[in-house]
Parts: sequence; structure tokens; C-alpha cells
Amino acid sequence: MPGAYAISKLGTSPCKSACPAHISIQGFIALIAQGKYKEGLELIKQEHPFPAACGRVCHHPCEEACTRAKLDKPLAIEYLKRFLADLDLNEETRYIPEIKEKREEKIAIIGSGPAGLTAAYYLAWQGYQVTVYEKLSVKGGMMRVGIPEYRLPRDILEAEIKVIEDMGVVIKTGVTFGLDITLESLKNEGYKAVYLATGLHLSRNLNIDGEDLPGVLKGVDFLRDSALGMEISLGKKVVVVGGGNVAIDVALTAKRLGAEDVKLVCLETRSEMPAWDYEIEEALEEGIEIINSLGPQRFIEKGGNVGTAEFKKCISVFDGACQFNPSYDESDITVIDTDNVIVAIGQMGDLSYAEGQDIPVTKRGGIEADPVTYQTQLEWVFAGGDIFYGPRSVVEAVECAKEAVISIDRYINGLDITKDRDHDLKAVEIDPSGEPEKPRVKMSALPVAERKNNFNEIALGFTEEDAKKEAERCLSCGLCSECYQCVDACLAGAIDHQDKEAEEVIEVGSVVLCHGAKPFDPSQFEDFYSYKSHPNVMTSLEFERILSASGPTMGHMVRPSDKKEPKKIAWLQCIGSRDTAHCGNGYCSSVCCMYAIKDAVIAKEHAEEPLDAAIFYMDIRTFGKDYEKYLNRAKDEHGVRFVRSRVHTIDPIPGSDDLRIRYSDEKGDICYEDFDMVILSVGLEIMPESVELSKRLGIDLNKYSFASTEPFAPVSTSRRGIYTSGIFQGPKDIPASVTEASAAALAAGLELKDARGTQQKTFVVPDELDVMAEEPRIGVFVCNCGINIGAVVDVPAVTDYAATLPNVVFADNNLFTCSQDTQDKIKDVIKEKKLNRIVVASCSPRTHEPLFQETLQSCGLNKYLFEMANIRDQDSWVHAYDHAKATDKAKDLVRMAVARAGLLRSLNEKRIIVNKRALVVGGGIAGINVSLGLADQGFEVVLLEKNSELGGFARNLTSTIEGNDIQEYLKGIIEKALNHQKIKIITNAEVVGHSGFQGNFMTEVKTGDSSDINQIEHGVIIIATGASEYKPNEYSYDENKLIMTQVELSSLIKDKGLADIKNVVMIQCVGSRDENNPNCSRICCQGAIKNAIHIKEENPDTNVYIINRDIRTYGFLEDYYTRARELGVIFIRFQKDEPPRVESSGDSITITVKDHVLNRDVMINADILALSAAIKAADTEKLANTLKLPRNDEGFFIEAHVKLRPVDMAGDGVFICGTAHSPKLITETITQAMAATSRATTFLSKDEITLSAVKATVNPEHCAACLVCVRSCPFGVPRINEDGVSEIDEALCQGCGICASECPAQTIHLNWYEDDQVMSKINALLEGELS
Amino acid sequence: MRLSYPSNIRIIRLPCTGKVDILHLMKAIEQGADGVYVVGCMEGECRFKAGNLRARKRVEYVQKILDTIGVGGERVQMYNLSSGEGPKFAQYAEEMTEKITALGPNPLKRIKDKKVA
Repeated sequence: MPGAYAISKLGTSPCKSACPAHISIQGFIALIAQGKYKEGLELIKQEHPFPAACGRVCHHPCEEACTRAKLDKPLAIEYLKRFLADLDLNEETRYIPEIKEKREEKIAIIGSGPAGLTAAYYLAWQGYQVTVYEKLSVKGGMMRVGIPEYRLPRDILEAEIKVIEDMGVVIKTGVTFGLDITLESLKNEGYKAVYLATGLHLSRNLNIDGEDLPGVLKGVDFLRDSALGMEISLGKKVVVVGGGNVAIDVALTAKRLGAEDVKLVCLETRSEMPAWDYEIEEALEEGIEIINSLGPQRFIEKGGNVGTAEFKKCISVFDGACQFNPSYDESDITVIDTDNVIVAIGQMGDLSYAEGQDIPVTKRGGIEADPVTYQTQLEWVFAGGDIFYGPRSVVEAVECAKEAVISIDRYINGLDITKDRDHDLKAVEIDPSGEPEKPRVKMSALPVAERKNNFNEIALGFTEEDAKKEAERCLSCGLCSECYQCVDACLAGAIDHQDKEAEEVIEVGSVVLCHGAKPFDPSQFEDFYSYKSHPNVMTSLEFERILSASGPTMGHMVRPSDKKEPKKIAWLQCIGSRDTAHCGNGYCSSVCCMYAIKDAVIAKEHAEEPLDAAIFYMDIRTFGKDYEKYLNRAKDEHGVRFVRSRVHTIDPIPGSDDLRIRYSDEKGDICYEDFDMVILSVGLEIMPESVELSKRLGIDLNKYSFASTEPFAPVSTSRRGIYTSGIFQGPKDIPASVTEASAAALAAGLELKDARGTQQKTFVVPDELDVMAEEPRIGVFVCNCGINIGAVVDVPAVTDYAATLPNVVFADNNLFTCSQDTQDKIKDVIKEKKLNRIVVASCSPRTHEPLFQETLQSCGLNKYLFEMANIRDQDSWVHAYDHAKATDKAKDLVRMAVARAGLLRSLNEKRIIVNKRALVVGGGIAGINVSLGLADQGFEVVLLEKNSELGGFARNLTSTIEGNDIQEYLKGIIEKALNHQKIKIITNAEVVGHSGFQGNFMTEVKTGDSSDINQIEHGVIIIATGASEYKPNEYSYDENKLIMTQVELSSLIKDKGLADIKNVVMIQCVGSRDENNPNCSRICCQGAIKNAIHIKEENPDTNVYIINRDIRTYGFLEDYYTRARELGVIFIRFQKDEPPRVESSGDSITITVKDHVLNRDVMINADILALSAAIKAADTEKLANTLKLPRNDEGFFIEAHVKLRPVDMAGDGVFICGTAHSPKLITETITQAMAATSRATTFLSKDEITLSAVKATVNPEHCAACLVCVRSCPFGVPRINEDGVSEIDEALCQGCGICASECPAQTIHLNWYEDDQVMSKINALLEGELS
Repeated sequence: MRLSYPSNIRIIRLPCTGKVDILHLMKAIEQGADGVYVVGCMEGECRFKAGNLRARKRVEYVQKILDTIGVGGERVQMYNLSSGEGPKFAQYAEEMTEKITALGPNPLKRIKDKKVA
């Protein structure tokens, strides 16, 4: 279910790989299945000029390779090919390939057999002038005089040869090479190359007594004479000597010529016989007696004719070295009475022409040539076919000739004929087990009785029904069938099936590994999930395709089995995650809870009828920013059902398409529930290829094969210079991946900072022409967009119409207006026609406007003299079924665009010098990291800290869950920051004023009690104001010093240890996930588990209870959850509405909680009660107001876009990181700080920035200073200046145009959207409506 | 998504619905458009904070004028959707077309026809 256009290939199908001519067999079979017979035939004809002949006589190695042969029987590929070929030959007009480009060069081919004619076919296709010289009086070589007519009817062969002649090939028969023509005479006639394919038309001799007797015939001669219709008198008894295909053909021909008793005698045993099995079968079927293991001794005369043939016993045909070297038992003689003997033991070539012409020959009696290029020592002479390699089949001749054609073409064009001659067509192997068996369709054959005394064709061919049925048996091994229909369909010519992988060496200074992961494959646990066998069990990714408007069901939510809308859907969580028992993935995949909830909500929205969506889970892990709110909405507003459970199996319900889930509920009871569909929330897994790559790169992986990184260097692998981001670093969602990618970019860039900009190319824009004084001269370019527009809208008509519009001096249409060559064309036209306004009627300006504007700029035209009419997204795509109306609409849109274009003015974009100083607000781990990151790259940094010392909340922390010392780390980075020349630190700082815009900010800072104000000019600002631990009002926190937060507990463990403590109770979600703070604080579960493990490791006898609502140890933190359980930490679940009750007096603390397994209250006496308190954002209200930055209800700053711009804020040049953004771990804070640094670096690296010219401007003449603009501007930009009129700073203006619409005097206008420009479109659209 | 919707709609592009002027709407009706509608972002999601709210106010104002002069305020409408909501765009196009079809042609055209007669 692809989400985008892509061609999925597994590789070359075994049939194509095995076929010597490499026909796209799977392709033409797929086309037959679709009824595209013409296309199928054309596909074959790309690789083979004789499908009708080969569809009858081929030895079809493809069928041996067919994967279905492993299952039942191979596909009848040969017959299917014949079906297509016969269909074409019976058409009124046959398919004749279109000559590519006519050429003058002449090429001579000697021999009109399969090799010669194939060469002629492809050379003619290339455009060459080809003449074929044939010694015999008929065309076709062995296809005509070697293969008997009952196998290959004359008219079929003639028809295929006629196609070649129709392509312009001249075939001259009765011309003997070496006699009538020579190489010299050909050269004199102007031939540029000669191809020798003279075949093997002589028979080998036995060299025994009696071979010259009358009645003893030669096999090849016999077949030729028969084929040429010469008189042959045969007696009743015929002995054929030989065990090959020629011998069989001789035997069957003899039978047809009247022989009654035909015996075929050969040296070989039955299994050794060189003839193909199916030919032997046929011989036996027609009553030929085959006598094996006899070698001819002599033929004895009887009455002037051969009368007896004497044979000796052949003991073995081949010697120990597998060479042909028969040995006989001379004493064991067999005598056969006969009227004729036909010797068919082999063929020879007639090489009499070679002598005297210096054509090199081999000892074996063939022509010598290069085995790859088929070039002989005479460089313009090439050779192929049987005369080169000995007796072989038609298809092999075809392949050999195709290679020679490549050589000849290259030779004539002076190219390297040896380059890239290897074809890598390694077959894919697929496992067909599980595929249903389908019987092979049989071809009807002429009954044996009807074959006597005639040469009628035996195999009668497939009907259309047969062919389709047979085609449907194909297993599509290669996935892509290589039918090449897409190549023809793609007008841009973007598809290249021959594209090969290429190796390149690129020198780099850093590498970032972000090769991600793959979804877990549930098919390996079929017993539990029935995923493979049941259509209504799918993975979450597959289900998302069903929900997608561009998916296979066009967004209609239906289940696969019966295409009906499901009424009940179950989601099963943790498939392939948190599962050490089966798949070994002990980690949490981090993303599945959220996507399952999202899919459940969307499914409910898509459903026509009420949908019961149930999520079966162990813990719901909605730990991200605002995720808990989403969970609550899913539950409370959408009614998604959450079932805390352990699922045992999914079982199909017999007699229906439904499924039964067997699970144990929270109490441990076994339950069953039936569903229409089950979605498996599959986790993330590292691909084996990633492991391989990691090995090659020499980086360490963790035990789950993810990249191994350190908590304080989260994107650095074990090898310097190699960094990582995304899921390969650890399971994470999109916002975290995007953030981490920026972080990795920083890390990689830091290594290369000295090389920055050295390989940059600058686009030089020519000086702008002043065309404002000129009359508008508009050029209109209408796009076909391949067939996207052209198939619906009458593009030529729209173009003609455009040419009639006012001010239009040029109109044209293009296949793809956005292509590079069209840009060049547009540039030429602009210059030639002196165009000063351009309209492109094509697609969306959102995607293509910048491209065309660049084209304008390169011609010296201002980029704002450009207008687009979107006749694709707004027209052809959405009105595809009404071509006339779509064309009318396109004309309207073009008319409107032309009208506006005529009124466009040149606009100047303001350039602003970037101040390269950064202001960092907040001196915790995030702020210090940002400061160091920027300062290390040479940027000046001013770091503000509201307290007297750097360090932020981390000053209270001891160690990470992995055991790394936080204080030591903090000390290190603080020291570095304090000593860094580029960092200026202001402690006790307070931001009291802020103005300016990206690249040129000015912030006022007050220090301590001093009334002095520091004015800091800077180009960017990074917010890192942090967060702290919530001081609980709950659970008697204030009343008892033995009740403490987790952070306090950590310090206590570190400072004093807990040796004398017997019972520690921890309560989770204190101040989180409640009415006051609906969000999850993300880090508290791991915080509790960290402390619990410390306590247990120090003193295993201490009882530790963690009372929780869900344990949210996402990613690899899950390992610590597992470890805690192994150490005996007891986890007790509570419901939100039944929180634990705490009674405290003096040293005694009693916690009462309802245990979910026992379903009754449990009382625990604790020595220490630790509260996992929420993370609370720092108080930034004043700062947010001064800087005009948005925050959410909980006081965390809001990023510009959760996924796309996770560390940017909406205003340009402002970035955010750390816990000011949302609660997070130190590792995550460091990552985010690096990401913000990276984003700031991108900005600070520029010397200047260009602002859009789409800005509001005030014409002061009519301004009444009424303040409407001042009040209406959402960004507070307009101000009344010294002259008492409104003024808008174009650097600050965001270009929305609100002020322009509100201005009562209409004295503000928005550039590029001026009133006359907008109105011109309305006027153009509605002209004539009322007149 | 290439969802089909009625072909009688022509889109005029503006940077924000906040740029939609009362005059633009009025002129369109005056020149014979049978209906005009403004499509903006979801309320509360305006890139420029309040552009779509201002547009709605202007649309409502134009509706009042049109009602007053007897052309019918319903001919001008405001819709809100997110950029990812193609199906909703198509749905609103259908809705608007149905609404205008039910209302019949712009009455100013009838006046013109009468004049001709």
C-alpha cells in the first residue's frame, strides 16, 4: 500500500534471468493478465524478434527456473509468448518497431538464420541500412530448413521475417558468400560492417564402412531436402543414428514421409541423450522406437542399397574427464534390418569462404571472434550464431546477435565496444510455500493419428481464456514485473529500469547516522497474532494507509476481508516492544501509545456508524509535551476505550471474518472479546543492514543494536566524527527526532567549523532592468504538467486564448514548465521578446513560485513581476471529469492572472546586516550548552542567569539513572563557560526591555539591585529559562520531614545513605496528570525507579513500593523498570479517582492504597514516603510579556511547530530549549540545547538576510493618524512618527495586510497585493457579467 | 488529494484573510458574482493572530449591507479550515454552490436583463 509513487523491485525474476534473451517474462505475463496483449507483444519484441517461432520451438529454460515449479508446475511461458505473437500475426496490421533515427551507414549480414535476422532487426531498428545475404533459396536458415514444419509452420516464420523486411531490411537469397560476394566486394560497395552468421549446415560423418551406400542419408541434408519439398524416397524401415534434437526431428520427419518402422539408435542411455525430454516424449508418442547404448559398427549392403545396420554395445559415452570418448563392448553386436539409415550425429559449418579472405577460424571448425563483443580480428567483421559457438537454439542465437549489434553500433560510432558489457541479472529467490496450487493450463495438441503423412502443426495454441488463466498463476517473483508500461507513461522520461547502483568516494569531515529503524514484523509470531493468515489483522502502519485519503481505499475505513466498515476495532499495544520473552526487544518503542490513540480517534471520526475503538495496553505512555491532554480528549470526548490487560492470543472466529481476543485483565482473570478488526501497534526495531553498516564504521551498538551513546553526549557515537540522530539513537517520536537531527548537525558542524562556506556557490544575479516606464509586455507559459493538466484541460486552446489577452505578446505551452530546459527556453523568450511581466499557468505558487522567480531574476527582471495561475491544483485535478468546464476555468484563471500581471510593480527587498551576537536567557544546563556551542564556533554570547550562580535546577541533582555524576558534569561546563572568552555572563539578571527584529534585537537587562541597565544588541535570542520541582500540597508533604520529593530523596541517599531504613514508599504523579496540571511530567517514573534501584542495591532488605498510575519508562529506560522488578521493588497501581491515603504522625507514616490485583485496601507503614513531584516551569510571565513570547497554560514556552520547528519560536531569530519547553531529562535537555544552537548557528552564519518585499507601506499624504493601523496590527508595528503620521517598519512588518484593509483613508497598501491588483482579478473574472 | 468539487469556483489568493477588504467583496457582487466566500484558517490558528477574525467581521458587515439592499447577505460567506483539510475544502465548495444555486443568480443580473428587455 504505497503512500507515494515508487517502484518496488525485489530484483530480476528467475524467468527473465534464465531466458538467454532476457525477455521481461513476468512483464508480459502481467500484461496478459490485464488483457494488454498489444503491450505484451511489444515488450517481447524489445528483446526478441521471433516470439512466434520461439513460442513453438524454444527449449524454454525460463520454465525450469520458474518459482512455481517448486510448488506445482512451472508457468507455460513458451505458450503464453506464442499466444501474444500469434495474436499479433493474425492482426490486420502487425506490430512493426518504429525506426529510431535513420542512418546512412550500410551493414551486410551473411546468413538469414536466427542470428543473422536478429542482428538485421536490431540494426534496422537503430536506423542502419541492412542487407542480408542468404545462400539458400529460402529465408530463415535453420528455422526454415532445420526445424520441421509440424513444429514451426512456414507461414508463421515468413510472417515474422516479413516484419523485419518491413523495417527496411533487404534479404537477398541465392547469394553465396566467398563466391558471389566477398569482404572486399562488400567493402567496395560501402558497407561499414559485416556480420557473419552462416550456421552449421553440413552433417558430421561417422567414418565407418557402408556410410556411402545408397539409402544412407545425412540428417541435416535430409531435413533440408524435406523442408525444401524435394523428392525423398524412403523405405518402410528407417534407422536414425543419433540422440539429439536433430535425430528426433529426422525420425519424426521420416515417419511423416511414409516410413512405418522408425528406430532411433544412439550411443547414450536414455538419461544421457542430448535431445530435450519433451522432444523424446513426442517421439515415443508417435511410435518411434528408441534404442539406447548402441554405437554404429558398419552398414551392410543388400541389393544395391543399405540392408542392415550393425551396432556394437556402448559401455560408456564419456570418460573420467567427462569428455566425449565412448568405449564399446566389441563382442556385443546388434544387427538391425533396414531400408534406410539416416545419420544425425552432428552438424558442421561450411567454412570454404574463410580461406582466401583471411577470416580467422578455430580448430573446432568455427569462426574465431571475441566471446563478449563478437568482433573478429578483422575489426569491421563480426560473427555469431552456430558458426561461432556450435549448435544451439534460436533464443541463444537471438541473444548472441543482440550483443553483436551493440558492438557493431559502437564500432560504427567510434565508441569503446568493450565497456560495460556485463549484465547483472541475478535472479531473486522467493519462497512460494503457502501459495495455493493452481494447475497448469494444457495446450491442446493434434491427435497422434492425425499427424501421419502430413506436416500439420502439432501444438494448437492457447485460447484467450487459457492464456489469462495461465497468466494468473504467475507468482510475480520480482515484484515489479518490468513490463515498462511506466516508462511509456512517464512523459518526463524519469524512469530508468536499467539504473544501476554506483559506488562513489566522498571525502567528509563528519558523518551523521540517521538510518532509523523498521517496524517490527509480527508474522514471526503467527500462533499469537494470526497476522499473516487473517486479512483483518493488520499492523498500525497498514491501518494508517486505510485511513489515508490517498491510501488503497481512498480513506474509506473498511476491513480487508469483506470491504465492510468495522464496528469494533481493537488495538494491541507493545507488539515487538517490552517483550523479552518472545522477540527479545526489552525496550519501549516510545511512539506506539500516541499513534494508537491518534489512529483510534481518526478511525472514530472516519466511521459512518458509531465505532467501538478499544486499546489493550499495559501502561499508557503519553509522556510528551501536551500528550496527556490528547489522551484525555481521546478518552473523554471521543470515547476511545482503554483496557489495561495482557493479551494472550488473537484467534479467528470460525465461520466469520471476526477475531476473538483472549486476554487477562488487571485482576488476572482470563477474558474474551470479539472484534471486527485487530490492529497491532508494532514497535521499532533496528534493521540488520544498520548493524552491518555500524560494524563497517566501527561504532559501538547497545544490546538492542541501537547506537551506543553517553548521557552527556547524546548524539556522539563511540567513534569521533560519527554522530547519530533519530531512532537509530533510540526509539523516539518525530519532534524528538527532528530536534536530535539539529543537534547532530551541530555536532557534525563543530568539527568542520573552519571549513564552513568554503565550498559554497553563489548565485550571481544580473543587475535589474528598470521596466517600470515600459508598457506591460506579458509572456504567458501554460503547462501541461505531463498529463496532469494536459489530459483534462485543452492546453493549446488556453494558450491560444492567452495570446488574445491585453498586453500579452507571447504565449506558449510546455510539457513541464518547471523543467530546467524550459527555464532556459523562458529565459531566451524573455530576452528575445523583451518581456517584462511573466505569467505561468501551471501548479501551486507555494511550491513553484521561487523557481520561476529565479528565472526572472537571471534575466534582470524583478521577481515580483511574476504571477501564477494554478490550473492544476485548482482546476484539472479537481474537475477531472468535465474537460470543457475545466478548460473554461483555466481560461478564466489565466485572464485573471494576466490582468494582475499588467499592474505589477518592481519591489525591492530589504537586506539586513545580521548582528552575530547571541543572547541566551537562563544559565542552567540548557543555557550553558547553547552558550558553549555558539561560543566555540566563534560567536559572541551574552548569557543571562537570574540567580547568582550558574547551574539552574541541576544543582540539586545527583546522578542520572545510568549512574553518571551530574555535579561533576555541571562543574565542568560551568568552568568552561566562565573561562570562555566569547561568553559574557550576567548573573542576577533580569530582562526589562526588548525591541528590534531578527538579526537586530536590542534587549535591556537589569542586574541585581542596581538601577543600571545594560543594553545588549544581538542577532538571536535563545530561551532556556528552565523548570523546577513542584512543592507538593498533597500527601502531608509539609507536615512531616520524612515525606519528601524524589530529588530530596536522591540527596538523602547520596549524603546519608538509607542503611537503617526498612520501608520506602513512593507515590507517582504528584502534581501531574491532575486537574491543576493535566500533563505528565515525563521524568518522574524514571526518577522513582532510579532511587528505588539505589536503595535496593545498597540494602536489598529494604522494601520499596512504587505506587503508580502507569509506569512510563519509555525507550531504554524500560530496562531499569525491569531491573527494579528483578530487585524486588513492588509496583502497586492506583486509579486517579482512588489515590493513596497518607496518615502521618511523628515518625509513623501509613499509606493505604487499593491493590488492583487483590482488589482490596493494602496498608503500608513507611519510614520514608517519597513523592514523585511534577516539573513546574520557571516563572517567566514577565519575560514572556517583555519578549512577546507565547506560553501554554502550564507556563511552558510554545514552539513554532511541534514537529517541523521544535526548537524555533514563532518569531524569527528566537529559539527555545531545555525544560522551558517541557519537562525532560538532562540528556534530552542537552540534545535540545544543541538543536537550538544549531538553528541559531544557521541564522548567525549569514552576513545579511533578505526580507520579503510583501510589506505594508503608508502613503503619509492621506494619513490622518487615526491610530486604526496601530490598534489593528497584531504585531504592534505601526507607530506615529515625528511627522505625526503612521510609519511601518518594513523589517518588523509580517505582511498580513490587516492594516491595509482597516485603514479608513486607504492610505496603507500591501505590496504585491495592492487594491488595484486584487481588484483587477475580480474585474477580469467578472467582465461582461453585467454588460 | 484531488477531491472533486464544483467547477464554478475561482480562487483569488491573498496572504491572509485579514487582507480581504469589504470593497473586494462588495465589488465582486456588484460586478455580477453570484456568491463570494472567504476561506481562512481555523479561528485561533491565524499565522497573524487575528486576521481571520477580522475577515469574519467584515464578511458579516457585508452580509448586513447586502441584506439591506436586497441582494441577500447569504451570498457572502466565511469558512474556516486547516491547510491539511482538503476534504473540508471540497465540502465547503459543495455547500456554497448548493446555497448559491438555491438562491439563484445575482439579482443585479435580473435588473440588467430587465433593462435589456
